[in-house]
Order: sequence, then C-alpha cells, then structure tokens
Amino acid sequence: MSGAGAYDKLVFELSSPGRVGFSLPESDVPGRPVTELLPKKHLRGAAAALPEVSEFDVVRHYSRLSRMNYGVDTHFYPLGSCTMKYNPKLNEDMARLSGFARLHPLVRDEDAQGALRLMYDLAAMLAEIAGMDAVSLQPAAGAQGEFAGVLMIRAYHQSRGEKRTKVLIPDSAHGTNPASTAIAGYEVVEVKSLPNGEVDVESLAREVGPDVAAFMITVPNTLGMFEPRIMEITEICHARGVQVYMDGANLNAILGITRPGDLGFDVCHFNLHKTFTTPHGGGGPGAGPVGIKSHLAPFLPTPVIVKNGDTYARDWKRPQSIGKLQAFWGNFGMLVRAYTYIRTMGADGLRSVSDNAVLNANYILKRLEADYDVSVPGPCMHECVVSARRQKKQGVTATDIAKRLLDLGFYAPSTYFPLIVEEALMIEPTETESKETLDAFCDAMIQIARETEREPALIHEAPITTPVRRLDQTRAAREPDLTWSPKT
Amino acid sequence: MASRYIANTPAEQREMLKTIGAASIEDLLVKIPPKARLSRPLALPPALAEADLVRHMRALAAQNADADRFSCFVGAGSYDHFVPSPINHLILRGEFFTAYTPYQPEASQGTLRTIYEYQTMIAELTGMDVANASIYDGASSLAEAALMAHAATDRREIVLARGVNPLYRQVTETYCEGAGIRLRDVPAPDGVLDLDAARKLVTAKTAALVIQTPNFYGVLEDVAAAAELAHAAGALLVVVADPVNLGVLEGPGRLGADIVVGEGQGLGVPMSFGGPNLGVFAAKSALVRRIPGRLVGATVDRDGARGFVLTLQTREQHIRRAKATSNICTNVALCALMATIYLATLGKQGLQRVGELSTAKAHYTAEQLTKIPGVSLRFAQPFFKEFALRLPKSPTTVVAKLAKRRILPGVPLKTYDRALGDTLLVAVTEQRTREEIDAYAGALAEVLR
Repeated sequence: MSGAGAYDKLVFELSSPGRVGFSLPESDVPGRPVTELLPKKHLRGAAAALPEVSEFDVVRHYSRLSRMNYGVDTHFYPLGSCTMKYNPKLNEDMARLSGFARLHPLVRDEDAQGALRLMYDLAAMLAEIAGMDAVSLQPAAGAQGEFAGVLMIRAYHQSRGEKRTKVLIPDSAHGTNPASTAIAGYEVVEVKSLPNGEVDVESLAREVGPDVAAFMITVPNTLGMFEPRIMEITEICHARGVQVYMDGANLNAILGITRPGDLGFDVCHFNLHKTFTTPHGGGGPGAGPVGIKSHLAPFLPTPVIVKNGDTYARDWKRPQSIGKLQAFWGNFGMLVRAYTYIRTMGADGLRSVSDNAVLNANYILKRLEADYDVSVPGPCMHECVVSARRQKKQGVTATDIAKRLLDLGFYAPSTYFPLIVEEALMIEPTETESKETLDAFCDAMIQIARETEREPALIHEAPITTPVRRLDQTRAAREPDLTWSPKT
Repeated sequence: MASRYIANTPAEQREMLKTIGAASIEDLLVKIPPKARLSRPLALPPALAEADLVRHMRALAAQNADADRFSCFVGAGSYDHFVPSPINHLILRGEFFTAYTPYQPEASQGTLRTIYEYQTMIAELTGMDVANASIYDGASSLAEAALMAHAATDRREIVLARGVNPLYRQVTETYCEGAGIRLRDVPAPDGVLDLDAARKLVTAKTAALVIQTPNFYGVLEDVAAAAELAHAAGALLVVVADPVNLGVLEGPGRLGADIVVGEGQGLGVPMSFGGPNLGVFAAKSALVRRIPGRLVGATVDRDGARGFVLTLQTREQHIRRAKATSNICTNVALCALMATIYLATLGKQGLQRVGELSTAKAHYTAEQLTKIPGVSLRFAQPFFKEFALRLPKSPTTVVAKLAKRRILPGVPLKTYDRALGDTLLVAVTEQRTREEIDAYAGALAEVLR
C-alpha cells in the first residue's frame, strides 16, 4: 500500500452505458408489461442512475477498495473496548448453511425447529455464562440491548407503582449508555469517578435516592480495571430499590471467572461481535442480547423463545412485555456464529479466553509503562489505558501516535476514551494475538515514544503509507458532501 | 486441551508472566474479591471438534424449511430475492469483514468509500438528498424516523396508516414510549390509506404521517396525496419503501416524502430467519443534522487528494451522549456493503428487471390462484409483488397442509388483524418459476377441494 498513485475510483466512475453485471432469466409467465399492470403515477419517471458495470468491474473495484482497509485478518487491531479478536472461518460456513441463511422469519414454528432450538440453547448458554435467569436475543447491537434493558427496568418500576425518573451513569461510560437511557425517557445523571476510574462508593450511596431507577456501570470498567467494591455497590443500590445494569462490553475479561448475576446485577447485555467472535463487518451487524434476573422476566421483548416438551416455539402472550425492538427475532445470522463459537470452546476454552486476554493486556501494560504514563497501576483485566500526556508536552498527541502506528503496520488503539483520562490510548489485544505480535506492537509504541523526542516531524507527517494522508475533517463537516454526483 | 483460537503456549505464558512479574495468571486477577469468583466451571455443553460441530449444525439446519428446499411465497418484510455470487466472495475479504467502524479514516478508506457509494445509491433510489450509513432494520429505521420527526417538529403525535407493517408499528411504539409520543392509526378499509380519515387525524399536533408503499398488503399508496395532506398540517411525511422495488417504482422523495425508511434486505442480504437486516434511512437535506447514525462525507487529505471520513459526528452518542439524536453505535455496515455490491452488479437495468419480473410473476400467481373457486383478491387495488388473498378455508390450515408439499404459501394475516382471519398474504419474487407457481395453484386447489 502506498500513498502515491492509490486507487481513487468510485463505482459510478467506472460506469459505461449499456454494460451489465447481472444475469436474470427471461420471464417464464405470460402477462402484460409492468407499465400496463400498474398506474403510471406509481412508476419511475426516469430509470435510477445506478452504475452500469460488468461483473468483473465489480469484483476488481471492491477487491481494490478492500485493500484500502486494515482488518483483524490483516493487521493487529488493538481498538480498546471493541474486542477485535479473530473471527473463526467455521462460523461463516455455519451461518451460510441453507437451513439457516435461506430461512424466512415468518415460517411456522414447526418449520423452524432447528433455528428455534439453536436460539433457545444459545440463550441458555449466555444465561449460564453471565449468571442471569433469562436472555433475550432480540437486540440488534449493544446499544439496543441497553435500550431494552433500561425499558425493562422502567416497566418493572411502573408495575410496582413507583415513579423513578433518574438513571445514574459514571462519567467513564460509553456514550451509548446515556444515549440509550435518555431515549427510554430517563434523566441521565452523570456520576464522577475516582481518579483511578473506580466508583466513588460513598458519593454513590448519597446519590441513590427514591427517584433513581437504575445505576448503569461497565465491568471491568473502561480503564480495564475490575471494580473492587462491586458487590457492595449492588447491595447499596438494591437496598434503595435501585436496579443495577451491567454494560457487558468488557465481558471478554471475566468468562468463567466471575458472573454479572453473581455480582448482583439485575440486567446485563452481551456484545456477540466482541466476546463471541461474530465479525465487526466495518461497523456491524452485531448482536446485543440482554440478560435479566427473573423479576424482570415478565417484561422481556416479544416473542420469547420457549420449549414445550421436545418442541420450541415463539411465545407472544406476554402482556407486560416492553414490546418489540426489531421486526423479527434478532440478528439470527450472528446468533448462529456465536453458538458455533461457544460450542467450539466449551467451558474450559472460554475460561482460557479470558485468562489469555488478561495476560496479553498485562504484558502490554508492563512493556509500555516505562515510556508512557499509566493511568492506573496494574494488574489490569483484558485491556489497558495509557496516556500520552508526557508526549503531549513535547507536541505529540494521542492522535499523532495513532497515525504513526498506521505507518508501522498496526491499526490504532481507541483514542481519547475513556474521557476521564487525558490523551487516552486504550489498548485491547484480545486472547487471539500471539506474543510475537504483542512484542512487535510494543516495540512500535516504544519507537514512537523515542521518535517523539528525536524526530517528532516523522510523527506529525504520519500517516504516509496509507491510501490517503490526514484528512480535512472540518471541511467535511462544514460543506457536507454526502452523495456522489457526476462532474458537470 | 489447547484451543486453535489461542496462540499462547504454556512456555510463552510463563515467559510473559516473568516479564510482568507475576507468578501466575491468578495473580493478575487479585482485584476481583474472592467471594465474587465463580467457584466451579461454567455448566456448558462440552467443546466439539470441528467435524463434530459441523455435523451437529447441519442436523439443526436440516430441521428448517428453507427456501432451497421449499417454494417460498412468504414476504411481509423479508423476501427471497436473488443474490448474485460476487457479493459473498467480496464481503468475505477480511479487510472488509474484520474491520470495525472507520474511526481511523486513513486506514479505512475501503469501508468509507463503500458507505459513500451506498449513501449515493440509496439517495438516488429513494429520491432523497441524503441517506445514512444504515440502521438495524426497516422497523427500527421507522422508529428512528418517528423520533426524528418529533425532534424536528416538537410535536408529539405520529399518525400511522394501517397499511404500515404491523411489526414495524410495534417497534415504533417501543421506541416512542419513553419520549411520550402517541401513535394514532388511520384505517385502511379498502387496503389503502383512508384519506378522509387521515385528514381528520393529521393535525397541528402531528409530527409525521407514516405510510408504506407498497403497503403491508402489497397495495400501492398515493404518496403525493399523503404528502399534500401531511404538509398542509405542517407535519412531515415518512414513507416506508422497499428499495428493491424502486427500480420500477418512483422514489417517494420525488412524490413529496420528507423521510424515507425501509428494509433493504432484498438488496443481496440473505433472509437468515429475519436478521441481520438492513435499515434504510434517507431524508431531505434540511433534516441532515438530525439524522440518526453514521454519515460519510467526501473531503481532501493534506495533499489535496480525495478522501472520505465519518462526518457531522456531533449528532452522535460518542460525542453528545444523552443529547445525541440516537443511541445507535454499531449499525449494519456489512449489510450495507452487500446492498452496494448488489446495486452495482444489478445496475440500472438489472434492478428494473427484478421489479418487472417480480410484478409479472406476482400478477400471474394472483391470476392462477383466483381461478380456484372461493379464492379472491382481498382488495381491488393495484399491487406490486405481494397481494392479500381471501380463502374459503382457514389460511392457517392451508399453510400447514401446503408445508407438507414443500410449499410455503404465505402469511396468514389473522395474527395482525382479526378482520383478516380469512386472508393470506402472498409474496412472489423473480426467484419463483412458473413451475413452482403452477404447483402452488394445483396444491391449493386440492387442499381447498
């Protein structure tokens, strides 16, 4: 890959009138043309201006575009909080079996027994992993899982005649937490974390009052640390009638080690595209199942997959349900992949996942601690947060370091998150990376720290090996150009 | 036993622990209070070797009535359209498949360019100015449109035509409850929006009127009339449309829609028992700063070369947190890529052909089925690739009987509308052959005899 002469086409720019890339049969039924079947007012005035390209044009174009990306398959991708682990190829083969991929969502239960059984069993396995009583597989992503969880909490309080209007969320939380909570109709109250990222338990104890519906927290927290007083926190909340929600984004750290349900959480969502190896796909689709304790079961999204004797069914008769989150039953294709993964790993395998994820993160933390400021001393869990505040004093920011890493052959860590750490670089290696890769990455980070002192220009110029160099974000936002149009 | 998905050997683990200065991995877990620890292994089924797992999965898959083994006439929001071969090959390239949200644009130009192409194609098909990078599915797209209409107008009522997919209505209700938005329904006694009833319900309190075309019953709605009615009350018009149909049907934006949403699954995404799908979301440019989800824009790099970035991000949750326009983060980028490759492959002529073939076959099917005594069209309205069929016997019984002959004849509408207890919703895509259609007609005639 090189900056100069990089491929710069959009598919529209390959178009040649009359060229085709498809093969469709001639109509085998008698009948009139569509212009006679339908009133003219419904028909397009002009044919849609879609590209006219050959099949090979398509294949070469998108193959070339793909090479302008870094992915987990090609590059170490230490994007913190996103768990960019290897996505097993077997999962893909299984999701593509006709019996799954070509199954219509509205066939009868009798005609989807294999699919329903897979969903039922997956929900049960996730419930066991998280120590919850039931799991809904319907949410399409983590944010929708959060939304569903908060709605169930809301329905629960309402069913008890309680009017609670606030949800407490630490300032270190992912942005989806406050956003999902606000859409569910709650006032979000941000709770200040201690400098080490932990919950200020004494201050929390003062804030959980009769108007608080829930406390929402990520475990391990977004600094990669286990919350040491978590059981005390859930007890304090419960004593005041407050429900406790766990953002499961960081579940990869604790498989078989500890369980949200045992820690006292009432609700917890899973990101199947993080812990359970479904591919990230350039931004999705994911899947965000939500687990709950039994007191919230009446409020689960409809339909609930149930087992009656030896058969499986979709149960719609749930009068207290929060309703539906998407048209059908969940991102089933992702569920097939996650099921395949859990059945591949078993209990020992999943435990080993977390052990090695924690080991790898601590190894990176140790190797970087001389050259970067460490916000909280280790050991950490599955990810670590370092700060470039030392480098910033010399004019090199977290963004600069991220860009330089791209030149050195690595995708960048998450930057400027969590918000409570200055110049944050959040690094999550995952268990699937080898020691050699971790060493190469750490060597690159240390090299950048040295370059900061000796050759900062090299860092400010970066990236130079990518298809484009640093991009003008301000211009993109000021003069939004969101669709292509032919040059006139 | 060692896992093939974990590289570290015991020797390497020891070496790393030595560097860390810990005696064991246990030593790294000290912050977890002992009483919080799980004291037993997880109770999960035993791990399976690859070949055994494949056997198990094939057995599960074989228990499903998939569209390879059954003739599928089921639609209602998920359709068996043809998927050209290059799509699967191209999306499986690891650089697309295993990347995430393009936070580092210089190393994500492939994804960003495809999203920009996608936005352009969706805007063109829907007749809108802008389209976002995707929402989860058609239903959640409609829900987001309702929230956006509420925010844009500061009004608290959404009026929905009964022709809107009832599953979409349910999802919209879930999303609107927290914001205190009230949903009101306009009847469709003849299978289309009752304009007089709508005129009474769409008032100065209405944020948006929502219609679907072709609607849930397959019938084409008069978008221009609905737009006029909504705009007269200062409300927005939201149109639910299936983009596959827009090779033939006019883009709702050109007929007055302010927001167009829909299910893009038909654009090369497998049915996959209902997900993942592709939520299409497009709007007029006046609404661009209220759009939910990601947007990709063109810009230039330091050397003046064309490049693409995520833009207008101050709308989004990672910046605005509780005040974001939506909570969406992960979307369905890969499905959007499938749709982009689909639309590039089908192109100007192909998408039109898909629409023409589907319409022709749906009309042929309707003719054949209504020749059977007692079977008739439920609504005397122009339809596209789907139609509501009145049967002389319970549709549920008919579905069960035809399943035995490997025909999935449609969706009984009883569960969605009690008044339609005798009605079956039948969808016909370009995939169905005359042979399958004739076999369906023959089998239906027999079970109704």
